[in-house]
Amino acid sequence: MRERYLLRGNEAIAESAIRAGCQCYFAYPITPQGELVEHMAHNMPRLGRTFIQAESEVAAINMVYGAAAAGVRTMTSSSSPGISLKQEGISYLAGANLPAVIVNVVRGGPGLGNIAPSQCDYFQAVKGGGHGDYHMIVLGPSTVPEAGELTMLAFDLADRYRTPVMILADGLLGQMMEPVELPAPIDMASLPAKEWAATGARGREPNIILSFDLSPDNLKKMNLALQAKYAEIRKNEVRYEEAETEDADIVIVAYGSTARIAKTVVRMARAEGIRLGLFRPITLWPYPYEPLRALADRVDTVLTVEMSAGQMWEDVRLAVAERANTPFYGEMGGIVPTPKEILTEVRKHAR
Amino acid sequence: MPRGVVVVDGERCKGCGLCIAACPQKVLASSGTLNNSGYDVVHMKNPDACVGCAFCALTCPDIALSVYREKTSA
Amino acid sequence: MPVDIARMTKVFGRPESLTQARSTYCPGCHHGIITRIIGQTIDELGIAERTIGIAPVGCSVFAYLWYRCDALQAAHGRASAVATGLKRARPDLVVFSYQGDGDFASIGTAESIHAANRGENITVIFVNNQIYGMTGGEMAPTTLVGQHTATTPDGRDPATTGYPIRFSELIAQLDAPVYVTRQALYDTRRIMDCTKAVKKAFQNQVEGRGYSLVEILATCPTNWHMSPIQSNQHVADTVTKVFPLGDLVNRGA
Repeated sequence: MRERYLLRGNEAIAESAIRAGCQCYFAYPITPQGELVEHMAHNMPRLGRTFIQAESEVAAINMVYGAAAAGVRTMTSSSSPGISLKQEGISYLAGANLPAVIVNVVRGGPGLGNIAPSQCDYFQAVKGGGHGDYHMIVLGPSTVPEAGELTMLAFDLADRYRTPVMILADGLLGQMMEPVELPAPIDMASLPAKEWAATGARGREPNIILSFDLSPDNLKKMNLALQAKYAEIRKNEVRYEEAETEDADIVIVAYGSTARIAKTVVRMARAEGIRLGLFRPITLWPYPYEPLRALADRVDTVLTVEMSAGQMWEDVRLAVAERANTPFYGEMGGIVPTPKEILTEVRKHAR
Repeated sequence: MPRGVVVVDGERCKGCGLCIAACPQKVLASSGTLNNSGYDVVHMKNPDACVGCAFCALTCPDIALSVYREKTSA
Repeated sequence: MPVDIARMTKVFGRPESLTQARSTYCPGCHHGIITRIIGQTIDELGIAERTIGIAPVGCSVFAYLWYRCDALQAAHGRASAVATGLKRARPDLVVFSYQGDGDFASIGTAESIHAANRGENITVIFVNNQIYGMTGGEMAPTTLVGQHTATTPDGRDPATTGYPIRFSELIAQLDAPVYVTRQALYDTRRIMDCTKAVKKAFQNQVEGRGYSLVEILATCPTNWHMSPIQSNQHVADTVTKVFPLGDLVNRGA
């Protein structure tokens, strides 16, 4: 039975993590994801689970590393400057094949930036961020209910592929309140055992969890194994949504809060006879290159709209290549584009 | 018959000499024999003096020494 | 007459909870003694099947190779945070971190202090040899005034690099830790004292008492440019003047 609540995005993510069986949560407070930390501080100890307000984001991600190594479901959350501090730990998690969920409620940058909504951490999330040849799965929710659903999914994907998974939200989504139906907590006993975890070498050889090998041949093998895993993820886990694309001449490509605004733009454009559609990547890594390419073959213009200087735009152009025009419309500094502004941009490219 | 015996794992010994200095009975010395890693392995130069106190093994950073002591008659 | 060891009692051998792997340390380096002491402690407490070791970055980065127990390799300086996460996830496990002076007292300063301040029920082995061994003998936070290193070629000058940090004394100021001690290994008596301290630090955790820290003054003959014997003498005569031995905190039994 599903229960209905009125929640902020931050709270929906926190409560879904609890229902997904997150046993240990570690974080350092930062705006605009404070409610997430506070929800966990309130609820985790009452459930007999671990909440630690860490001394820093660096410490928090390394606590995640320790808890993940012990085989429990674990999560940390932060916002842009804090996520920069976590990059070392994310690289180690990826290298050591450890499952973990990291939430980034993105704010304006670079540097201290501000606390307003932004999508300026796309590169950092999908291209690596830390050192080494690695990726993490990146999920971009567009509504509060979806933030909850993708959080549940993030834990499953993290365990299935033994990889860090990021929820890439933004300050708008984190703060906005919506009715949310939450699923019942999962049955932890139903989860497969983690034979690889550091749980004590009783009746078996020791399990060693590391991202280190001085031998170039061995380290190459470790890297090839990671790449094979990424190939598997690319094959199985691409997620996206198309809206009103069947007869479209123009499509907007947008994710997260911007995609939600773009849906309104689609309605407004259709009302004045512009055949506009929306392509919304849900997995930002792996990116839905193939479906976007197929769509580009049928339209004239693929307009990327982002709250950044054009970061996802690079992936859109990789997908579309010369198949369609690929203009860009973006906002920076924590300014959220209005439907009217986006519609004005759409009109420029309408037939 | 000595009261103690030190058995040296010649391939673990790195010839650092800490055991030689730690031995109160001056039992141990460099053997002049190099192991496969090129280290001058320690040996019991004066075995009859060994009392099996294991001070040598306590100081050995490479756990290259095992120490045996004569069984005390019950 | 050849000696028949089969008729004798083995009074000293390799601890069961150590693997057969050969150490990667330089001749005379104290890391090997500490490894043996930890192995012996795990044997004596009978906890090999529930002990998790956390290896740092530095010469002891390979620590996961020596113990016959589960192990993690942590990012530089983060071992105390990793130990925190692991221990909170599985309080039934025995978790120890093994950290050098650069790891524990420089790059990991925040993680080290705050794990201690929370009173995490873990055991921290802090190896202070006053130098960065693996990277080639650079200055450590604990390098003595005047000590020549690869990055203090004219000797450590407090005017530009400060003084050797007495990190255990900092931790001893906190309310939570139950046991903070500084030990050495320059002779058999100190080795026996250190063995007792390490055992106590593990015992504290097994009994759920809380955070224990054993700082161990160790040698680095290679980067000190001294023989192993000279190195021991240097610890006894000079290093212990800056880093006095003994218990700094010993709360409870």
